[in-house]
Amino acid sequence: MEHDDVIIGLEIHCQLNTRSKLFCGCSTDFRDDEPNTHTCPVCLGLPGSMPVLNKKVIEFAMRVAKALNCSVLKECDFSRKNYFYPDLNKAYQITQYDRPLAEWGKLMIEGEDGERDIRITRIHVEEDPGRSVHMGTTDRGKYTLIDYNRAGVPLIEIVTEPDLKSPKEARRFLNKLRATLEYLNVFDSEKEGSLRVDANISLKGSGRVEVKNISSYKGVEKALTFEITRQRNVIRRGQVVARETRHFVEARGITTSSRSKEEENDYRYFPEPDLMPMQVSDWVEGIVLPELPDARRERFMQQYGCSLEHARTLTGGLKLAEFYEQVAKADPDLAATWTADYLLGELNYRDFSIDAMPIVHFMELIGLLKADTITDKSGVEILRIILDQVKNGEKPEMPASIVNRLGLAKTGGDEITDMVRAVIAENPQPVADYHAGKGPALNFLVGQVMKKCRGRADPGHLNALLREELGKMQDGA
Amino acid sequence: MAKTLTFTPDDKVHAFITTIPEVSYEDGPLSGVTVAIKDNISTRGIETTCASQILKGYIPPYDAHVVTLLKSAGAAIVGKTNMDEFGMGTTTENSSFGPTLNPCDPGRVPGGSSGGSAAAVAAGYCDMALGSDTGGSIRCPAAFCGIVGLKPTYGRVSRYGLIAYANSLEQIGPMAKDVTGVSRLFSVIAGHDKRDSTSVDRPYIHTPNPSVKGLRIGLPEEFFGKGVDPKVADTVKKAVSVLEQAGAEAVPCSMPSMSHALAAYYVICTSEASSNLARFDGIRYGPGGDLRKSWHEEFSDRRQERFGKEVRRRIILGTFSLAAGYFGRYYQKAQTARQMVRDDFARLFGEVDMIAGPTMPSIAFKLREKSDPLQMYLSDILTVPANLAGVPAISVPCGQVEGMPVGLQLIGRHFEDEKVIDTAFAYEQGAV
Repeated sequence: MEHDDVIIGLEIHCQLNTRSKLFCGCSTDFRDDEPNTHTCPVCLGLPGSMPVLNKKVIEFAMRVAKALNCSVLKECDFSRKNYFYPDLNKAYQITQYDRPLAEWGKLMIEGEDGERDIRITRIHVEEDPGRSVHMGTTDRGKYTLIDYNRAGVPLIEIVTEPDLKSPKEARRFLNKLRATLEYLNVFDSEKEGSLRVDANISLKGSGRVEVKNISSYKGVEKALTFEITRQRNVIRRGQVVARETRHFVEARGITTSSRSKEEENDYRYFPEPDLMPMQVSDWVEGIVLPELPDARRERFMQQYGCSLEHARTLTGGLKLAEFYEQVAKADPDLAATWTADYLLGELNYRDFSIDAMPIVHFMELIGLLKADTITDKSGVEILRIILDQVKNGEKPEMPASIVNRLGLAKTGGDEITDMVRAVIAENPQPVADYHAGKGPALNFLVGQVMKKCRGRADPGHLNALLREELGKMQDGA
Repeated sequence: MAKTLTFTPDDKVHAFITTIPEVSYEDGPLSGVTVAIKDNISTRGIETTCASQILKGYIPPYDAHVVTLLKSAGAAIVGKTNMDEFGMGTTTENSSFGPTLNPCDPGRVPGGSSGGSAAAVAAGYCDMALGSDTGGSIRCPAAFCGIVGLKPTYGRVSRYGLIAYANSLEQIGPMAKDVTGVSRLFSVIAGHDKRDSTSVDRPYIHTPNPSVKGLRIGLPEEFFGKGVDPKVADTVKKAVSVLEQAGAEAVPCSMPSMSHALAAYYVICTSEASSNLARFDGIRYGPGGDLRKSWHEEFSDRRQERFGKEVRRRIILGTFSLAAGYFGRYYQKAQTARQMVRDDFARLFGEVDMIAGPTMPSIAFKLREKSDPLQMYLSDILTVPANLAGVPAISVPCGQVEGMPVGLQLIGRHFEDEKVIDTAFAYEQGAV
């Protein structure tokens, strides 16, 4: 797909993982609890209740601002965004409007044509509304239940300039942002609904469309890809792309026009009179940032000799990076290959995060590979066995025990020589072909030996051995 | 040790929305003192309606900070008083439960919006009462009913639990028969509360002192000019001369920002109100709704039906002021005018220590006399400046016109509530 004319900007809402909510002391750790059990007069918006700012939230947001190279405003304040919605208990959301916490930052991504800075327009802090649970569809459902456990959970909204050129870049930006937030220890990407994205997308010279309601990383790429195709088709038919808001329907991978009047709100912003303006720009200096993804990537290359590709992959998530650093103690090279190339694939396939792989098991596996006890093929088999056991809720078996149980130890010496001789004896025609100079015959013979030993032979060693035995035959002839 | 008293007033003036027949109270500085609470202040387990049908049946699960303080001071909370719906009015006629009558003349209004609180004290049903003052709602009924009422410095009393009408303007304050009573009640409710981010750590530990020697009292011409009943103006000037005899000095002065104050006030209070009252959708609070209708349809109908006319008027005005395209012309301009009022006070308080004038431009209106909302708004002209600037102001009875009480208003510097109380006390002592 040509992307020269695609213009994308993102608005990302991330839940900050402070222990208590933005304006009250209620816990944010509600996901396993009954609805409406993490509430108080403040987050329920009861008449007479008043917000009190949780300073920790501002501190977390400032870490993000600093990491994204933003400038923090000398004075910022909160505003009310007024609109009616059942899950918005006060009928206004406390957010930041014309004086946000921070402005004008940047984040570097691996773009379509090399590394590039994506500019950040602003970062502001706001409260999450409650959650509506519709019984049936929104229009025709019988009723809607509201859970206020989420109401008042702190969010930051990060707005980018329209600097992204393709859906792939948008996904990369999000991955980089997620990694950065994780490194800053302000965000837990594994919590359901912890990141939500609205995307603005237009084709050069065409109307801008806002796609709302994207709640997964993969969804962003899908929604934008769909939207580009849709807009191109509109233009191809000689029509004009309407400036509008569309909703992403995740299950169908499409966007639909939202004609609801609800979307055409005048939010009537005005400063929140119950909160004082904040002067926090002085805090910036005191914030000590941890090592961030780019720095860690450089270090992985220097310290462990990782390739750029491996280093980028392995630093793409905080837990993944920490996992690698543990395993690298056994052997940095093998650990990089086996984590980035094999383990991640197996995890993705099962929709697992890195947590699923017990590190002790993985380190033992690397040990077995390093000692040349097993072949790569057996290594992958062992990985799969362990992850399947985890998936089934069983206690994962140690790799050495799997090797013993299934007899996966590399074969060699007399055993393999016997097998090679047996295969030569059993396959006179391919042997003759080999001697007649037909190269592929050797591959067939290798395959036969591999079959006999169930892949436990080292391919290079086996090849040499076969040549040697076949050579002996010729010499003897 | 917990004690109880019975409270069964013959509420002829309809001061109360809710009374509590059996009241228990503890030991403390206000032990056994009967205190009535305006019905926009949240009381745990006691219906709190703001005199609105939309909150009928709402029983708060928590106490306002001031209520917690009163309980621990041993006060006997005897009931919830009538008011203009959500505090929107100057007569207490805008109550959905019917008007309160003025104990001095049942044919007249008690003033508002804390009319029930003022009437309950004036009629002798209770010793003291809490009101709230957004644009004069404590001082006006205090003046009309002949009692003392203080609007404290903004931030000195926690608003936590006060059902907001206009957050940036309003304060809870004490009302009592005399200055000493107001001072006692204020000493209990003033102080910092971490649940109200606008609250300030300035407790009130003070006994009224009647000395005004050398006090410079400014008399802004705007407080005695057009729109003010000359008889009321004369009565107040006489009251000031009592203070002069006690050693104070009266200084003529001017507050030019007064010409914008009322308009600014009504834009700001209605803007904030339109947002504050949006949560009352007829479903969360009050009697249940019709579940067969869609949410939007149902809450539009309920709001139309359960908000009174004045409340609806102010919500619409405020919504308009905040609307895109009008915000700059109304809300922002009002903030500029508000700053002019603050600047005027700052300038004046460089020259004088206290500002004096009538609390209200007239004596209490007859019931239904002010049927035109604009006429009603105009009567707030002398009280709104103190709210716009956040400075303390008290109303103390200073004589009568046509047999009805007149209030002397004293306005002081930020956090000089003590001096305001002392000056009122000096007048009260000197007038005896």
